[in-house]
Amino acid sequence: MSNITGYRRPYYDTQPPYLYPGYRSTVKRSPRQPLVLLPHTLSEVTGPVFGRDDVGPHDNDLTARHDGAPLGERIVVSGRVLDENSKPVAHALVELWQANASGRYAHDIDDHDAPLDPNFTGAGRVLTDANGFYSFRTIKPGAYPWRNHYNAWRPAHLHFSLFGLGLVQRLVTQMYFPGDPLLAYDPMYNSVPDARARERLVSTFDWERTIPDIALAYRFDIVLRGRDETPMETSRA
Amino acid sequence: MSLITTASQTVGPYVMIGFLPLAVDAIAPKDAAGERVTIHGRVVDGEGKLVTDSVIEIWQADAEGRYAHPEGAKGQPAAFRGFGRILTDGKGEFRFSTVKPGRVPGPEGKLQAPHLVVTVFMRGLLKHLLTRIYFPGESANSDDPVLNLVPADRRGTLIATVAAGSKSTLEWNVIVQGKNETVFFDF
Repeated sequence: MSNITGYRRPYYDTQPPYLYPGYRSTVKRSPRQPLVLLPHTLSEVTGPVFGRDDVGPHDNDLTARHDGAPLGERIVVSGRVLDENSKPVAHALVELWQANASGRYAHDIDDHDAPLDPNFTGAGRVLTDANGFYSFRTIKPGAYPWRNHYNAWRPAHLHFSLFGLGLVQRLVTQMYFPGDPLLAYDPMYNSVPDARARERLVSTFDWERTIPDIALAYRFDIVLRGRDETPMETSRA
Repeated sequence: MSLITTASQTVGPYVMIGFLPLAVDAIAPKDAAGERVTIHGRVVDGEGKLVTDSVIEIWQADAEGRYAHPEGAKGQPAAFRGFGRILTDGKGEFRFSTVKPGRVPGPEGKLQAPHLVVTVFMRGLLKHLLTRIYFPGESANSDDPVLNLVPADRRGTLIATVAAGSKSTLEWNVIVQGKNETVFFDF
């Protein structure tokens, strides 16, 4: 029971720092004290398991939650959830939330002067299948201004939340759209130092999964941390 | 050669749209065995302001020290899932109820002291924070292999305190930055 195989630590510069002054809110919301290096124990390699009771059969279709159809460009967003070792993460809970087509969130605190859509709430969830595959149907969200700096605009994005098999695989991220000119100016996107890691956040146009006369499609593969190949040393004599 | 892990991005200010549908503040069902506790607290930023748009997630074993997970069940299924997701309210406060978890194995064959694993999300955090809640007056705390990695003068930030007036109500706060900053782990 003492030999726990931990998860690999992120590669240098592939994750954003806590403090990134270009994104102003990090200045007062990032720890100042050094983090304490945590060995992965049973508490970290386990994690909540979700199942069919948590996800309704149509929860992955954000265009079909109301009486009418939402405004905007219908899209399919799909991909695979893999770990670093290229192993599919099956039955992972994937949650999605987003703004509507005009760049407005269905929430009281969003005071952006753009119309709400009574037919769009902007939240969905799905479990990956045995091959780690997931799929959502939604509408393409709009870009919107925020108050980080003068004339700041968030590029269009979808928020993703994932639970893998272990708690240290937990991931919340954002998916962007290819060719978006706002990416170059976005502090959140640019907070990821490594260019390849950053570009992974941009989906690709997915011709194969477009639905003729119905929807365009984007592909977004997600990689969670992978298990170390050998159990951690349990004693250092 | 391995794949690059997808980078974390902030949950942003509208996290409740995504997280509310699966929010859970009663972690253990009413009939679950064990010592019942209610834990409440506040989330505070580096200016001392209460954070009204954060989410904490809890992961814990049942009273017998079993995790509801293929690797954590000790041959018998855990009594409950052990997952909580609580959104801070308009005052930056959170509250949840559960049972005190049993001890689970730690490094080098030692048992860990009872603890809850806590994940913190909020606007302004480009990646989530990981911390733990330990229980007050618990003799196992002094031998806990994880608590002992923490500088002694900061260990107290991980141990809940007994709230005035009720033995079964504990208080534990998340101080993201500044005086009495909570210990967060590099995981």
